[in-house]
Amino acid sequence: MELLTPGTGLIIWQLIIFVLLFLLLSKLAWKPILSSLKEREKSIQDALDTAENTRAEIAKLKADNANLLREARDERDKMLRDAREAGNRLKEEAQIAAKKSADKIIEDARAAINIEKQAAMKDIRIQVSNFSLEIAEKLLKKNLSDDSSQKALVDSYLKDLKIN
Amino acid sequence: MSVFLSLSKKISVALIVLLAAFSPALFAADEAQVHELQEEPTASEHGFNASEVIIHHVLDDHIWHLWDHGGTIYLPVIVYSEKGLDIFSSHHLYDEHHNKVEYNGYKLDELGHIVFNGQSVLDLSITKNVAMLLINAALLVLVFMAVAKGYKKNLGKAPSGIQSFMEPVIVFVRDEIVKPNIGKHYEKYLPYMLTLFFFILFGNFLGLLPGAGNLTGNIAVTLTLAVLTFLITNIKGNKDYWAHIFWTPGVPLPLRLIILPVEIVGIFTKPISLTIRLFVAITAGHIVLLSLICLAFIFKSVWVGAGSTVMVLFISLIELLVAGIQAYVFTLFSSLYIGMSTAEHEHH
Repeated sequence: MELLTPGTGLIIWQLIIFVLLFLLLSKLAWKPILSSLKEREKSIQDALDTAENTRAEIAKLKADNANLLREARDERDKMLRDAREAGNRLKEEAQIAAKKSADKIIEDARAAINIEKQAAMKDIRIQVSNFSLEIAEKLLKKNLSDDSSQKALVDSYLKDLKIN
Repeated sequence: MSVFLSLSKKISVALIVLLAAFSPALFAADEAQVHELQEEPTASEHGFNASEVIIHHVLDDHIWHLWDHGGTIYLPVIVYSEKGLDIFSSHHLYDEHHNKVEYNGYKLDELGHIVFNGQSVLDLSITKNVAMLLINAALLVLVFMAVAKGYKKNLGKAPSGIQSFMEPVIVFVRDEIVKPNIGKHYEKYLPYMLTLFFFILFGNFLGLLPGAGNLTGNIAVTLTLAVLTFLITNIKGNKDYWAHIFWTPGVPLPLRLIILPVEIVGIFTKPISLTIRLFVAITAGHIVLLSLICLAFIFKSVWVGAGSTVMVLFISLIELLVAGIQAYVFTLFSSLYIGMSTAEHEHH
């Protein structure tokens, strides 16, 4: 049947034109098209990869930041605690020192007062003896102003002496 | 597949519009042929021989008959006979009443072959199918040059225009047909597969246009394409491929002797199946379409005409689908055969 018998001429034409078409399209169309497609796919893949990496990096940074923040907060708390302790210690030391010096001052004052008191007592004793002598003198002066009284006195003494 | 189907849907919609616009022309062309054949002495007593009209339509021809009264393109005849190379217009082989006449000893025989003094010659004429072939090739070059230009123009940018129309198809061929079937070295065969796919696809679509030649439904065309795939398969076939054919590993000795002829037959059935499948699918589609159109002329009834018009439109839509599927299948099997012959088999 005519329909089923391949024509020689058409086979030759088909072969020539198809091979030429293949060569022409390979060079002019498929090569640039396929390389562009590949390049585009690669750039898309790269962009996706970069985005993924960036996301991971950001997450890591965020975690790092949180860590840093926590560490900073801990450190601050520690510093505050230390400062408070140091303050307290200083306060206590100051209190002790103040107390010590106050005690010393009191002690000194007490010693000084004692010395003063001793001096004053001594003074008073001298004064009192002086007053007593003056009074005795005045009394003696008055009682021995006449001879009879003097005589009486001497007699009394002599009486005493005689006893001894 | 779903990508491909949605694409063919888009193409179908575009082509329905096209078909709708051209359908009067389609009918006119076929009617013209009908009239022409009615006048021919070979026509049956009833004045109309549907099978002859149909076969004439799907066959190659030296003239391109578009419509009556001047719508015939007389294609150049190139023959190589014992006289040497001869080039002349096919107009010389017909008289004004479209009867076959002799010219310088050349004559068309009853099958339409050119004979020189009764002897067959090497006919390299630009026949209707060769013209279709040239148109198809030119269209492919134009379209894909434009696509390639798009990639240069839109470097680093989103595709646009015809580039974005063709890109999914190219990517489909690459990712769904060639890559999974050929495997690791698929890139080496990709240009051939793309050329094959688009040659068949465009040829199928062009063949559906009214008045167009039946290029991809011609057995010479499909045979040539299948032989190219056959050559690549067997030239690129590796040791494992041949070992599998001649001394199938892992099979008992007596069985190997039985398998050997089966495998050798298998080498040749592959290109034969490729040849027949595409040829039959496209030619059968054309025959069905033309048969439905011929119904109107056989019954000479308006109602049958109306009915057959609806059927023709419906079958045309199926043919659009077939055009895509056959391009897909031919490329798929070509990839599969090449992939099978170049695969590195695991030894059992």
